Amino acid sequence: MNRLRMAPSAYVWLLLAGLYFLLPLYSTLDFSLKENKAGTPCCTLHNYGWVVHNGDFWHTIKVSFLLALETIVISLVLFVPTMYWVHLRVPKLRPVIAFLALVPFVVPPIVMVVGLLKTFKWTPQWYYGQPWGFLATAYVILAFPYMFFSLDAGFRAIDVHTLTEASQSLGARWTTTLVRVIIPNIRTAALAASFLTLAIVMGEFTIANLAAFHTFPIFLQYVNESQGFPAGALTLLSFLITWTAMASLLLVGRKRGARGAVIAGAR
Amino acid sequence: MAYLVLENLHRDFGTVKALNGINISLGEGEFLSLLGPSGCGKTTALRLVAGFDRPNQGRILVEGRDMTSVAPNKRDMGMVFQAYSLFPNMTARQNVEFGLRIRGKERAARSTRVGELLELVGLGHAGDRFPHQLSGGMQQRVALARALAIEPRVLLLDEPLSALDAKVRVQLREEIRRIQLELGITTLYVTHDQEEALAISDHVAVMYGGVIEQMGTPSEMYTAPKTPFVAEFIGTMNRLEGKVVDGAAGEVDHAGTRLRIAAARGRANGERVLILIRPEDLELTAAGNGSTVNGNTLMAEVVTQTFLGPVTRLKMTGGLIADMSTARASALPVGASVVASVPTEGVQLLTLAADESIPDVGEGT
Repeated sequence: MNRLRMAPSAYVWLLLAGLYFLLPLYSTLDFSLKENKAGTPCCTLHNYGWVVHNGDFWHTIKVSFLLALETIVISLVLFVPTMYWVHLRVPKLRPVIAFLALVPFVVPPIVMVVGLLKTFKWTPQWYYGQPWGFLATAYVILAFPYMFFSLDAGFRAIDVHTLTEASQSLGARWTTTLVRVIIPNIRTAALAASFLTLAIVMGEFTIANLAAFHTFPIFLQYVNESQGFPAGALTLLSFLITWTAMASLLLVGRKRGARGAVIAGAR
Repeated sequence: MAYLVLENLHRDFGTVKALNGINISLGEGEFLSLLGPSGCGKTTALRLVAGFDRPNQGRILVEGRDMTSVAPNKRDMGMVFQAYSLFPNMTARQNVEFGLRIRGKERAARSTRVGELLELVGLGHAGDRFPHQLSGGMQQRVALARALAIEPRVLLLDEPLSALDAKVRVQLREEIRRIQLELGITTLYVTHDQEEALAISDHVAVMYGGVIEQMGTPSEMYTAPKTPFVAEFIGTMNRLEGKVVDGAAGEVDHAGTRLRIAAARGRANGERVLILIRPEDLELTAAGNGSTVNGNTLMAEVVTQTFLGPVTRLKMTGGLIADMSTARASALPVGASVVASVPTEGVQLLTLAADESIPDVGEGT
């Protein structure tokens, strides 16, 4: 078999990139294994024990994770049919939506959260005062660009018109076409959008802090300011949990007919 | 009673008239090809029948029922598209089964029907393959099986072979015809390939500029074109401008040469006509080789020779084209002076209006 050989310089760059990524992780690991006082020998899992037994850790990680799921579900329900319709019926609108999708990038989070707080001030307390209401809304807006550009790439990779017309000529309604033909063929794009949204929500600090919600990044910041060594353990555990969540999403996505995720017209 | 009727269909896109009042009447089980160059409106007509678009004016009737406003998913029209349209996330079997599942057919019935159809298109062994594991020809066979699975009222095919290579195209078009005859399904076929249309159709409708120029059997279209455009589009044709000089004797003047043509008899003297001669009807002999220039011959010089296998096509000065056996053509090399004999019978004449020019649809094939 003809195997691709890498140039020696490629190994150097790969090593540098690996070090760039792994060194901070290693330093954090090393830091997290120290006792919270000077002069004690290496190594101890005491900081991990502190994190695992901390009720706030489990509470905030649960809040952030559920918020991420809620954001993903709302975003997919909102944007998948919208993008489908735009690609199928009003492709002229696509550049307009692409421009709108850039707004969350351009507007600083601090400006956005002040604006959103003022805009939604009139809403009832069960919405305004709950992360599942106001904060989820803010996160859907924050995730919009990631959702849009990922889904857009997915829709552009398939022949939306022909697949839709083929499905309709066989008797399928719009909803059936969307659920059974279109969505399975943009699954990879939807998964990518979901990963990005998950990562954003799990790490979002500014909006949650200014809107006074107690999410995982707020807890992380609090521990970081008050107890340095457990903060290292907390950081690594949050990495682990986020990656596990992403891997779970990937597995769930792949299980459901993953073999077929091949783009139309690829031949 | 006609099975499929397209009645005075009009479709405008802004200022462009894609369809300008077409009328078609097709009997049950018949195969009609809509033939024409790009932009002639043939695909627009097919999409109107499928329900993917609505006409500005006119009606579409199937078995007497007005389908013009019926949604595409309620029309029971099986369609095969020009682009590969199989659902990439489904196997060939699941693709064929899709329409049956939508209709709520039982699992056992579905399975039997899918198996039969895959066998019918010669893909019984490939049911578990995904579209990306099938060649272009195989994908179009599956698409055909999928369209047939729902037992459609009308089968619509939109240039289904245009993306395939020449050999597969010929093979698959014959299979489409075989299956159509076997199932007796009324079929509307869109193509820009006149050879394809002539080979598999009961009727051919040549379209140009949003209207049907002529509709008839393949033989009628080839031997008796009714407009200069059809004459040029169907096959290759010598088109010579002339004027009737003796209607009683059937004589036409072309560039100073008198030609005796049976079709000119009874025409008024002075009438401007287009003389249509198929390349295979022109008889060529080398000039000065005992041949004489009489009333029914034209002098020319060979400009190019194109080898087409059993025949060779010779293009000559004066725009003449002749097909002759490759063996005989070797005696008439490029530059040779030839005498082209025009047959008296079998030559078509079309009346040209005083200000009408000869349409140019590019070089015929």
